[in-house]
Amino acid sequence: MADYETPKLLADVPVVVVPNIKPGAMSHSSPYVAKPDHNIPLGFPGELVENWQEAAIAKMGDILQKYRSIQVYLDSCVKCGACTDKCHYFLGTADPKNMPVARQDLLRKVYRRYYTFAGKYFPKLVGATDLTKEVLDDWYSYYHQCSECRRCSVYCPYGIDTAEISMAAREILDSIGYGQKYCNEIIAKVHKIGNNLGLPGPALEATLEDLEDDIKTDTGVDVKLPVDQEGADILLITPSADFFAEPHIDGLIGYAKVFHAAGLSWTLSSYASEAANFSMFIGSYDNMKRQAERIRKAALELGVKRIMVGECGHAWRAAYSFWNTLAGVGHGAADDDKYARMLQKQLDPRFPVPQHICESTYDLIQQGAIKLDKSANDHRRVTFHDSCNVARASRMGDMPGGQFIIPREVIKAACNNFFDMAPETIHEGTFCCGGGGGLLTDDLMEVRVKGALPRMQALKYVVDEHKVDTLAAICAICKTQFAKVLPYYDFPMHMILSVHQLVGDAVILGSND
Amino acid sequence: MSFLTVTYAVLFYAATAILIGGLAYKISVYARTPAPLKIPTTPAPTTTSGVVMRMGREVIFFESLFKSSKWTWLFGWMFHISLALVLIRHLRYFTEPVWFWVSWLQPFGKYAGFFMVLGLLGLWSRRVLVDRVRYISAPSDHLILALLVGIGITGLSMKFVAHTDIVSLKAFVLGLMYFDWQPLPADFNLLLHLLLVAVLMIIFPVSKLLHAPGVFFSPTRNQVDNPRETRHLAPWAAPLDSSSAE
Ligand code: SF4
Ligand code: SF4
Repeated sequence: MADYETPKLLADVPVVVVPNIKPGAMSHSSPYVAKPDHNIPLGFPGELVENWQEAAIAKMGDILQKYRSIQVYLDSCVKCGACTDKCHYFLGTADPKNMPVARQDLLRKVYRRYYTFAGKYFPKLVGATDLTKEVLDDWYSYYHQCSECRRCSVYCPYGIDTAEISMAAREILDSIGYGQKYCNEIIAKVHKIGNNLGLPGPALEATLEDLEDDIKTDTGVDVKLPVDQEGADILLITPSADFFAEPHIDGLIGYAKVFHAAGLSWTLSSYASEAANFSMFIGSYDNMKRQAERIRKAALELGVKRIMVGECGHAWRAAYSFWNTLAGVGHGAADDDKYARMLQKQLDPRFPVPQHICESTYDLIQQGAIKLDKSANDHRRVTFHDSCNVARASRMGDMPGGQFIIPREVIKAACNNFFDMAPETIHEGTFCCGGGGGLLTDDLMEVRVKGALPRMQALKYVVDEHKVDTLAAICAICKTQFAKVLPYYDFPMHMILSVHQLVGDAVILGSND
Repeated sequence: MSFLTVTYAVLFYAATAILIGGLAYKISVYARTPAPLKIPTTPAPTTTSGVVMRMGREVIFFESLFKSSKWTWLFGWMFHISLALVLIRHLRYFTEPVWFWVSWLQPFGKYAGFFMVLGLLGLWSRRVLVDRVRYISAPSDHLILALLVGIGITGLSMKFVAHTDIVSLKAFVLGLMYFDWQPLPADFNLLLHLLLVAVLMIIFPVSKLLHAPGVFFSPTRNQVDNPRETRHLAPWAAPLDSSSAE
């Protein structure tokens, strides 16, 4: 592991101080490069192609024609600097290339050189440069120091979203065989086996049976975790981390208890056993679609009426914003849209598709269909972390901002002691956990620890002020990341929990067998 | 017709053609390029009228900038609002008789010039003094500021220091518009002012000034947040999305 220090937290302030820039502070950070085994199943060249320069520039041209976002964003930045202090990776590392605008500029300077009049004829004047190996390596390094959290896009006067730029850059890198191992290896597993863990059907079934036994021992109630049950009403798609370890698995138990208490008919799918869609992180439309199609196929085969998504941030973005487009998983397809209608006519129009597990639990609480005993969580003092992709790239409920209200209402229905972090660090201004966007890998530990700084600072403030001891989240990546980085900042690793663990601990199990 | 008049007349025809042609081209590129996925920065409006309001707040009040940096917002907003007033004030050179609301706004436009230069100097000082903003500034970012400050100062000096012959100037401008050229007053301040304006018009479509049309095409700001309710399809992706990938 590289030699670095965990940044120090300050006393009595919720927000970190903006550092002076330290050029090159993180230039050594780069994740492992993907090998042919990881690349080929995704349709990418096995390794860096010989004519990479030419190929990368051509790919850039292709992307410019396909994505209005990229075309408009590369042209429109006025270098006002408003985004410069908004990125947690800049705040935590002080490396100026981690300022959103500077991160964009890595791509923009090449765009200008090859695709604009000013950059072709006056490169020095507008800061345009040739695509050299050095620039390419800078791309590889710094586009893997962006968690695609969209915080910068909230604050940019033109809505310029560096996440879009990072995705485009990674797509270019992948197209020349210079992709990242962590993401590509995982996507290949989903294509082959169906989930990020590479957990095959029988292993999944065994895990779920064990969990049923555990719940029975704990509560004396037969709570089921059904899989591949044809004719069930609800198909639950959840991040596979939920099948794997704490704190995730306690969230899964929470979902099951809620379904049980409400008497809902539901099932998991061993074919579509992953809500995460890492293809989004690498900007690969084709792979993203291939992953989304698994959900469509499972829903068709099982004949379900509703599709629900478990606790995961980027998965909720992919589901909420993209599934309808990519695979017709939603409502409102045109009458002549045979492909989408095939699934949509089977779905219950009274429920949103896809629906977030928190939306469903919230409704059940509102309707009195489940009862919670808040005192079950009286030993906890809870705060909530808004996950980026839920906060800034999707919604819950039927009004803007429902994604902030609904999870908090669910938490408040499940426990008596809830305290929000400082207003500038939550809701749309929330700070990323530091591990999103395909950075949740040990080879990026330094970036992850430093990038967590602003969140940790806000957490410290609420811990000091209100003696908070529990950090609840609705994202598998956030949970994994926090479990890993909390100890670096002297917080206990186990303070991170699933929101549905709080619910699961409080829900009163009826006698629905 | 003097050489000077002819030069400036040709310059302005060329600058106008480049400005309009360039912008039309860029806008057509933005309009033609699809946004294949729904990517509004949320919370986002769930209706089209909501999006119009959001865009309105963004363009008129710089809502997002206000959230992010109060100083940049103050200087930036001061500059743009003043510029708008100044431009309106300049309409009197293009209209005969002058529209009533243009004359009504004259007194504001007159002083707006000061605020415009002040706003620009504020923005420029941030570009020099704040290390983060200095780092991201290319020579062109300073030059554009210099150009705008130059336009502002030469304009102000004609109003408040050495008056120029605005009657002949107006005749020149109207002459350009109706292809009936009239002599341009040979006043140094005026010539410099007009030259800088022409340069600004020419670089507009090939510079970051494209943020002006760009903001309206920004998918994070102009999309309706309704992906679950309607199936969003874009031309290149639609055939793909109407079949299975496997
Ligand atoms: S998307 Fe997030 S991580 Fe990436 S540059 Fe913007 S603020 Fe930083
Ligand atoms: S806030 Fe937007 S326009 Fe300003 S520097 Fe950042 S990306 Fe560019």
